[in-house]
Amino acid sequence: MAQETLTGAEMVLKALTDQGVEVIFGYPGGAVLPIYDEIFKQNKIRHILVRHEQAAVHAAEGYARSTGKVGVVLVTSGPGATNAVTGLLDAMMDSIPVVCLTGQVPTHLIGNDAFQEADTTGITRPCTKHNYLVKDGNALARTIHEAFYVAQTGRPGPVVIDLPKDILMGKGSYEGPSKVQHKSYRPQIKGDLNRIEEAVEMLSKARKPLLYCGGGVINSGPAASQLLTQFAKMTNFPVTLTLMGLGAFPGSDPQFLGMVGMHGTYEANWAMHDCDVMVCIGARFDDRVTGRLNAFAPNSKKIHIDIDPSSVNKNVQVDCAIIGDVGHVLEDMIKVWKSRQANVDAAALDAWWKQIGEWRARDCLRYQQGDQIIKPQYALQRLNELTKGRETYFSTEVGQHQMWAAQFLTFDKPNRWLTSGGLGTMGYGLPAAMGVQVAHPDALVIDVAGEASIMMNIQEMSTLMQYRLPVKVFILNNRYMGMVRQWQELLHGGRYSESYSESLPDFVKLAEAFGAVGLRADKVSEVDDVIKEMIEVNRPVIVDCAVDQTENCFPMIPSGAAHNEMLLGPADQVAKPISEDGMVLV
Amino acid sequence: MMQKEEIVRHTFSVLVNNEAGVLARVIGLFSGRGYNIDSLTVAEVDVHEKLSRITIVTSGTPMIIEQIKAQLGRLVPVHKVRDLTVEGPHVSRELALVKVVGSGEKRVESLRIADIFRARVVDSTNESFVFEIVGATEKLDAFINLMEPLGLADVSRTGVAAIARGPKPL
Ligand SMILES: Cc1cc2nc3c(=O)[nH]c(=O)nc-3n(C[C@H](O)[C@H](O)[C@H](O)COP(=O)(O)OP(=O)(O)OC[C@H]3O[C@@H](n4cnc5c(N)ncnc54)[C@H](O)[C@@H]3O)c2cc1C
Ligand SMILES: Cc1ncc(C[n+]2csc(CCOP(=O)(O)OP(=O)(O)O)c2C)c(N)n1
Ligand SMILES: [Mg+2]
Repeated sequence: MAQETLTGAEMVLKALTDQGVEVIFGYPGGAVLPIYDEIFKQNKIRHILVRHEQAAVHAAEGYARSTGKVGVVLVTSGPGATNAVTGLLDAMMDSIPVVCLTGQVPTHLIGNDAFQEADTTGITRPCTKHNYLVKDGNALARTIHEAFYVAQTGRPGPVVIDLPKDILMGKGSYEGPSKVQHKSYRPQIKGDLNRIEEAVEMLSKARKPLLYCGGGVINSGPAASQLLTQFAKMTNFPVTLTLMGLGAFPGSDPQFLGMVGMHGTYEANWAMHDCDVMVCIGARFDDRVTGRLNAFAPNSKKIHIDIDPSSVNKNVQVDCAIIGDVGHVLEDMIKVWKSRQANVDAAALDAWWKQIGEWRARDCLRYQQGDQIIKPQYALQRLNELTKGRETYFSTEVGQHQMWAAQFLTFDKPNRWLTSGGLGTMGYGLPAAMGVQVAHPDALVIDVAGEASIMMNIQEMSTLMQYRLPVKVFILNNRYMGMVRQWQELLHGGRYSESYSESLPDFVKLAEAFGAVGLRADKVSEVDDVIKEMIEVNRPVIVDCAVDQTENCFPMIPSGAAHNEMLLGPADQVAKPISEDGMVLV
Repeated sequence: MMQKEEIVRHTFSVLVNNEAGVLARVIGLFSGRGYNIDSLTVAEVDVHEKLSRITIVTSGTPMIIEQIKAQLGRLVPVHKVRDLTVEGPHVSRELALVKVVGSGEKRVESLRIADIFRARVVDSTNESFVFEIVGATEKLDAFINLMEPLGLADVSRTGVAAIARGPKPL
């Protein structure tokens, strides 16, 4: 069979096209000029020129999380690659499929401290699912196809392909995607049926069951969310979600208890603490969720569905582990449940729901809105209300505003909520929103931001302008690194060391300087109008919403505490000093 | 805080693609996650398929040992991970080259002990021997300890190679 001989750069474009890539987020430089030349010569793949390589990766993450496709990044060698590192680790921690092409000095110069050389595969090894250095033009196409396969199958993650310039300029033979069969990598998709039967058996005996679901349900695709909903409906089990899982089960459904964990609801955390059978579905028992491990759900049997064996028994020992894809396992579980005509002790489940009702009645997210100063919770509630019925996507930065967004926004569908959970990267939200808007040009895309975080990737306003991406940045401006201030109040005697947001720009003027629209809300009475205007304007907008500077995010389980030691509000703080063990935790 | 758990030692056999960076991945995994490496050996074992076999002796709590196995399995170029310690009886061997410098009674004594341990003399001068000894890690430890007072000057060990007993391959 005659194989096509192409230059490396031609093969890159051909391989990306054959993978169905529509958009690349990138930034040029010497080492990748041959690829940019090929980009110039074609019009199948769109290139979005970001203003910082970190933003390219976050944008690719936003694109990926909102579409289920692989996000693609292209950066140059040296500083281009190192700037991308934070984004890569972010994608790694949150299991987001990204393929990142990095330029490299020509092979004969590797190791010589050549201009703009970095040991990219060395640097990115611990922050990627896998990485490659291509040293043979004939292996280039196969490597790219393999990288896409690795990035999106099993537990998704970022993959780096380092491309020396001589490989890009030299010739090689092209291989299509169909021939890829990986030598060693074989993720397990179907769950072991014996285990699934065992799980159904455990669940049918449960008196206080709980479904604890996470980002893995989103990773598995929208069908998995539907199956989860179906399973929850046929069993009438309560559902709680992690920060990464929001949207995997309808947020407005009465069976939803709200988010679990450090800033989760009272009812979700108490249900977690008191349940007798827990099914963890595509979640990873993160320390933000478990609290103190030896007090975590002490009287429960645990079932864990996860595609990655290393997530199982990592932090919490479980009784029944099912390795496989959430969608596939849930499908089998529903079948087994039906065929066995399994059902739970209805009286016990009633009593459990009654108990949950009592916890709910504490109304843990309650806050007091006065008639002047805007409470951040109120602003978010209005934002939630006024965006209902539209196709809306929310991203966030990192901090208190992120937690309030998780608490007060409602997600009825998966893939609509984008946040940096595992790494907690300030500066994630704006570029992620940009990636979402590229994928969904007609949707309403809003980055809920803090005034400190937004400064970390503010340069991307320029990208929004260039590509007419009408992303809305909604800043909850408390003039503090609020989350830091809250911890200092709780743990460091209120000594607010370096957590005040000094010398802030005038965000309205800043928006205007970029050519975008700037809006401001200072009083409660202005909130609705500003939100409505923000939605109506079909251009990038920055809203500077001045909120209460001293508001803290509750409920809160202080680090090192158990679920039932949750702080519900400011009054709780004094009563319960934080343990020394807790102080060392992050 | 977790309850204190006993520390156990396990031997893993890992079959990997013999490609650039694969050893760095394995070692980086251990250092990055704070696991112990008591011994690590690697060499190509299948020239046609380009496969290398890594033998790792590690220690940790049972939960850590389970994590290590899962984390190794997660590396893309890894074909198989076997915990030889839990998967039945296995043989492990190590080779050491031990240089002993001395004269007179001590020199004679070192030869006598080498004989008991079935160590071979692979180099000798008027004032030194190099012994080659093969066996389980404990045997090598014992031999080296005995050589200490007899003029032990230098030791080079290969690390452990291990394989399951019986007819089944990896
Ligand atoms: C300031 C701050 C505060 C936070 N507070 C909270 C909090 O209060 N509550 C909270 O929940 N989080 C909180 N987080 C986030 C937290 O750090 C973790 O990121 C989050 O809890 C992890 O979510 P997850 O367990 O759903 O796992 P993810 O990180 O989404 O991992 C997904 C899991 O599912 C598995 N998986 C992936 N794909 C599949 C598939 N197809 N099939 C099966 N399994 C699959 C993966 O192997 C993995 O184990 C906070 C973060 C920040 C920055
Ligand atoms: C890149 C990065 N640096 C530092 C931190 C630590 N950190 C977490 S939240 C936070 C403050 C965020 O302030 P702001 O964006 O104003 O949000 P707020 O908490 O006030 O809502 C900081 C500094 C981080 N998460 N990411
Ligand atoms: Mg702030």
